[in-house]
Amino acid sequence: MTNLTLLIVIPLLTALAVLFCSDAKQIRWTAFLGSIIQLVYSSAILYSYTMERIAGNTSQMLFESRHTWYRALNIEYYVGVDGISIAMILLTALVVVSGILISWKMEILTKEFFFLLLLLSVGAYGFFISLDLFTLFFFLEIAVIPKFLLIGIWGSGKKEYSAMKLALMLMAGSALVLVGILATYFNTDIGGGVHTFDILKIAHQPISINVQQFVFPLLFVGFGVFTALFPFHTWAPDGHSSAPTAASMFLAGISMKLGGYGCLRVATYLMPEAAQHYSWIIVLLATIAIIYGAFATLMQKDLKYINAYSSVSHCGFVLLGIGMLTKTAIIGAVMQMVSHGLMTALFFGAIGMIYERTHTRQVEQLGGLLKVIPFLGVVYVIAGLCSLGLPGFSGFVAEMTVFIGSWQHPGMFNRIATLLACASIVVTAVYILRAAGKAVMGPITDEHYLQLKDATWNEKLASVLLIMAILSIGIAPFWFTDLISADTQLIMENIVRGITNK
Amino acid sequence: MSTDFFILMKSELSLVLIIFLLLFIKVWDGIKSNTTLLHLTNVLLLLHFLFGFFINSQGELFNGMFYTNDATALEKNILNFGTLIISLQSFDWLKTHKHLLEFYILLLSALLGMFYMLSSGNFLLFYLGLELASIPLAALVNFDLEKRKSAEAAMKMILSSAFASGIMLFGISILYGTTGSLSFSELPKLITGETLQLFSLIFIFSGFAFKLSAAPFHFWTADVYEGAPVSVTSFLSVISKAAIVFVFISVLSPLFIVAQSVWYMILLLTIVLTISVGNLFAIRQNNIKRFLAFSSIAQVGYILLGLSSGNTAGSTASVYFLIVYIFSNLGAFGVISLVASQTEKENIEDYKGFYQTNPMLSWIIAISLFSLAGIPPTAGFFGKMFLVTAGAGKGNYLLIGFAALNMVISLYYYLKVVKTIFIDKNENPLPEIKGSLSLKLGLLLCVAGIILTGFISMLYQYINTIFTF
Repeated sequence: MTNLTLLIVIPLLTALAVLFCSDAKQIRWTAFLGSIIQLVYSSAILYSYTMERIAGNTSQMLFESRHTWYRALNIEYYVGVDGISIAMILLTALVVVSGILISWKMEILTKEFFFLLLLLSVGAYGFFISLDLFTLFFFLEIAVIPKFLLIGIWGSGKKEYSAMKLALMLMAGSALVLVGILATYFNTDIGGGVHTFDILKIAHQPISINVQQFVFPLLFVGFGVFTALFPFHTWAPDGHSSAPTAASMFLAGISMKLGGYGCLRVATYLMPEAAQHYSWIIVLLATIAIIYGAFATLMQKDLKYINAYSSVSHCGFVLLGIGMLTKTAIIGAVMQMVSHGLMTALFFGAIGMIYERTHTRQVEQLGGLLKVIPFLGVVYVIAGLCSLGLPGFSGFVAEMTVFIGSWQHPGMFNRIATLLACASIVVTAVYILRAAGKAVMGPITDEHYLQLKDATWNEKLASVLLIMAILSIGIAPFWFTDLISADTQLIMENIVRGITNK
Repeated sequence: MSTDFFILMKSELSLVLIIFLLLFIKVWDGIKSNTTLLHLTNVLLLLHFLFGFFINSQGELFNGMFYTNDATALEKNILNFGTLIISLQSFDWLKTHKHLLEFYILLLSALLGMFYMLSSGNFLLFYLGLELASIPLAALVNFDLEKRKSAEAAMKMILSSAFASGIMLFGISILYGTTGSLSFSELPKLITGETLQLFSLIFIFSGFAFKLSAAPFHFWTADVYEGAPVSVTSFLSVISKAAIVFVFISVLSPLFIVAQSVWYMILLLTIVLTISVGNLFAIRQNNIKRFLAFSSIAQVGYILLGLSSGNTAGSTASVYFLIVYIFSNLGAFGVISLVASQTEKENIEDYKGFYQTNPMLSWIIAISLFSLAGIPPTAGFFGKMFLVTAGAGKGNYLLIGFAALNMVISLYYYLKVVKTIFIDKNENPLPEIKGSLSLKLGLLLCVAGIILTGFISMLYQYINTIFTF
């Protein structure tokens, strides 16, 4: 029997175990083992989920577990997964393992560092499995403060400013979410004036349109801040570039996905009519983010900033897919979340490993890395190619699905938005190829580089894990679509019902 | 009558017993060692706290002048618990203090006053309790006898608290004039909502707001908190605030039932003002005690937000929040008290690089501040959530949005302190500080409370059943 609570308990226990370790070696091995166990367990959940589905289990959520928490307010600890959550959980598990592997050499305050990383992952796992809005919000906020400390203590550059900006903007986002959740709660009625936080119950008992139109913007913008929704994206470039490598990976790979998942699962799923009503604004903002992000990236000279701004652009695709409200587009959005999570974790990992060796992230100063550290060079190029959407990698599949889904929307406005978003790929190609060409290919700019050592086993393992995941989605996307299509279908039914009700 | 008298008044009597015992010890002058005395007092307080859980019964004495029920028993237990923690945490400060017994006698007298206030069924007894709770506190504020600031703070405290009492008395007298009664059980029926009565209620509320340090009656708070010894500051900011809120729930809210809409408007204004003032001023503070003073003003705003709902959820959330607040604020004050007693340093600046030398204490203060800021998984998150949820029941989402966004502002200044402790580098950080066992126990209780109270929903459920009539 699968117990989802273990997904929270395993990283939590690992985090506690880390506190009791005595030296750096013990700490990293404990953290590594814990995260590997978590990865294995997540895969086991995927396996038993597939088996259940094959056996014909059609209930919306599987492995549900429900405990009353605060009876007076009808707050429950209620967890369950569908394909979308499982995809997110696997993404998280993979990023956590590789993040820990890449931080292998962390020497300063090692214990605290791994503890905070693991605590952050607890928040993410809990968020993805929660089916109760209160519990969901609880886990969402757990994932914020560790980021502040991770960036503030171990970061580089103007780390204090970035850490504070990130924490405050994300908390402001979650403040909006809080108001949205409470407004939702007080507008539900499950008999006898009792309100509920239960996502599934709320979905089956539609909320009146007036309330939706008030609540949806709160929820969508609130979660949107997490996923760098334009114009609330400004925390992302600073935060990403100041964070230590593993924290950047977690931030872009996991944390930004909390927002996308929330926009989909909470905002769009629970407020279908309002989603329809505000669809054009989402599409507009997403398109602006895509294009603005791409052009802003063109101007960047720092490898981390390049990836940070391109994240804004890529997360725009997620929101574009959600905003289009067609089934294919939403599948594409989920794919893009996973794909971007993997790709950007790999990207930040590669940049971090390069920076550790060369002590610079300026494209100008780098050059010829492929000749001296071939493995890292190749990893960087692979990440880049995935980012610009080369067929065979996950980025291509995800973006293509979003585009096809978006095109299915017949409106003229949406078609133009789709075209503009497609066009941004050209810009992506420019900045990726330019950076890769200068830093990885080209002549060696500094003779010190000749002494550089290539990736160690842990770095290789981390990169290989992520690359394999990227390739498997890229080559066999149907595995992924099979996993999530039934659930997007359910979300679509809610949306369609919303449209017909109107 | 005779057995009733002892059973119903047992908390007060046991407190009086302790006070007299300490007084006898003082006169007898037999125990010379401060440490022994402190241990003795802590044991007495512990016994007193435990005693609060037994032979509780409901009833009234002196024709309804004095009453007890489950709610007052719970509230007294909470106050006892807070006092016990403060006493444990004062160990390091008091072990060299010459007037340790006086400290306890005054402190417990104030607590006794609060008990009478809580159990009062009549404005007369209420006022008696209020004065008994205020005057010893002013003497306590002056307890750093060598410091001028401490004396200044005591002066400010006694003047402003006399002023508040005066305003409140004025309100009470008008109320008596218009209704002819001072009994809490009769008053709600007699209040018709005419202008003069509303006037008197506003005066009474202002008196309460003074004691609660809700804006615009907060001016005394920061100076008094800064001047007073840390242990007294923590008593003022936690116990005396909690007592006033408890009285507020049981006394003031029923009186306003007639004038719901006016009451809500008054509360609304006070909430917005209190939260903004608390937050905006907290940002600019350099002294860590002043900083916590302003942050506690903002917290009062949230408590009032919960109370503005005027229903069971509101009372439950407020009482629950106060328990959490006791843990969180005392966690922070405990560390500050230790640092102040050993290094005399009280500025936020001084805490730069604190983590390098005192990792354990740094984590305790960080967890406490996170709890005050309402960050999960600390109990503060649950406390704030329930208050805001209760407030949202009124359907005023603009106010809720305001409160939620103000949590972000408060997060800013809490994080600034965390940043100072953890991130800022310092060549000469504070030395490693070792506290006594009592103090460590006090801190441990706080941390355990902060971590566990939220997850274990029993406490909330229990409070909820008590306040469901």
